[in-house]
Amino acid sequence: MDFKNRDIISINDFSKEELLYILKVTRQMEQKPKDSLLRGRIMAALFFEPSTRTRLSFVSAMKQLGGKVIGFSNANVTSVQKGESLWDTIKMTSQYADLIVIRNPLEGSARLAAEASHVPVINAGDGSNQHPTQTLLDIYTILKTKGTLENLKVGFVGDLKYGRTVHSLVIALSHFNPTFYFIAPDELQIPESYLDELFQKKVKYFKTSDLSRFSREIDILYVTRIQKERFPDPLEYEKFKGIYRIDDKFLENVRKDLSIMHALPRVDEIDKSVDNTPYAIYFEQAGNGIPVRKALLALVLGRIK
Amino acid sequence: MANRKKIKSRKKAEKIKPKKVDISAPKEEKNRLNISAIEEGTVIDHIPTDATFKVAGILDLENHKSIVSVATNLQSKSIGKKGIVKVAGKFLTPDEVNKIAIVAPDATVNIIKNYSVKEKIKVKSPDVIDNVVKCSNPVCITNSEHVRTKFYVVRKDPLRIKCHYCERSMGKEDIKII
Repeated sequence: MDFKNRDIISINDFSKEELLYILKVTRQMEQKPKDSLLRGRIMAALFFEPSTRTRLSFVSAMKQLGGKVIGFSNANVTSVQKGESLWDTIKMTSQYADLIVIRNPLEGSARLAAEASHVPVINAGDGSNQHPTQTLLDIYTILKTKGTLENLKVGFVGDLKYGRTVHSLVIALSHFNPTFYFIAPDELQIPESYLDELFQKKVKYFKTSDLSRFSREIDILYVTRIQKERFPDPLEYEKFKGIYRIDDKFLENVRKDLSIMHALPRVDEIDKSVDNTPYAIYFEQAGNGIPVRKALLALVLGRIK
Repeated sequence: MANRKKIKSRKKAEKIKPKKVDISAPKEEKNRLNISAIEEGTVIDHIPTDATFKVAGILDLENHKSIVSVATNLQSKSIGKKGIVKVAGKFLTPDEVNKIAIVAPDATVNIIKNYSVKEKIKVKSPDVIDNVVKCSNPVCITNSEHVRTKFYVVRKDPLRIKCHYCERSMGKEDIKII
């Protein structure tokens, strides 16, 4: 499977076989890291909006493989402030680097960047739309924890309307015969378009606003933050913040092998007391960002085939 | 004396019953559309009633200099109620036909020459809609940058399309033609 020069824009662009192949390379990267695999290569990290984990793990992954990094983490210091278009910014950057990693709040910006660039582009988040590298590290975490991706019962709780990690993970896991449990108030439930897609793919799902209703059935609980920055109306945010809380009491009624995931950062949706229980795998999940991003960098730069 | 005469003649006048005269068209003509034929131009037929004025908008008929007839809520055997747009002196470009297909997937485009139909084109819903529709997602990149929009038709009936860039899908009610 050849990923050389391929853009990583949306999880929708990948087949089941391609996802599994990326996970295989990720495992290689984790088990046998190659220090000089990307020596002499330059990654441009163009972060038009704030990021901690994604930016740092991309930078760290590139440096660990011997590559160099240029870029910015604040669009205010760029010519975008002077009115330069994204198209022109990418056209110019693609002259300076071997690949581009982009985060931009406008949805579809990464797809447009890929069309403007002659070097591969990796989407590090385009608004509420896609965050494919997060999804790949999520499914890598599930595979490592459960030993399989097939036939799992996966619950999603919190903001399922605006949460792009949920949307992408739902699409990625739908290749593996899952059962989904969407736990959210009606106002923050998963958009109908995703349910349509699941219906077409014959994926079984349940919708509820009650966190405890399916707690004894779920293998994996994917918790999301109610994202203040995605709410057009601050009053709406106030209505929903703190609505679900994973704590010791909740853990009294769950499967023994339940795994709790969270893309982080968290606010108050998971109590700190949960961190040291065997259920919590969210910090390990964040750590998996490094091997996944190493794998993607090496694949799109054609250093691994 | 004169007053009495006036009253008498008025009473007489009131007694005269008017003759019944049928000024309407013959019965079989009543349900037919009375719009004059055009010598040269285009007739777009079988437009869903709610899309009739959208078709007129797509063709920018407000600024057309020749005769334009727009009729809506007409009886149709095939689609219940329909609209018709007749435009004199205009032949549609393929781009215009594609745009019409999005709002009126069952429409027929009749090309009129010398008062008769020279060609009848059944519009086809495209699989890809290129630079015709505006994305309804306000934070889609296509609403910030000068970009040709592109949508994939995910379902034809009822129409559902998906933006190539932001991947948001939208139904007929959200579709705005550029």
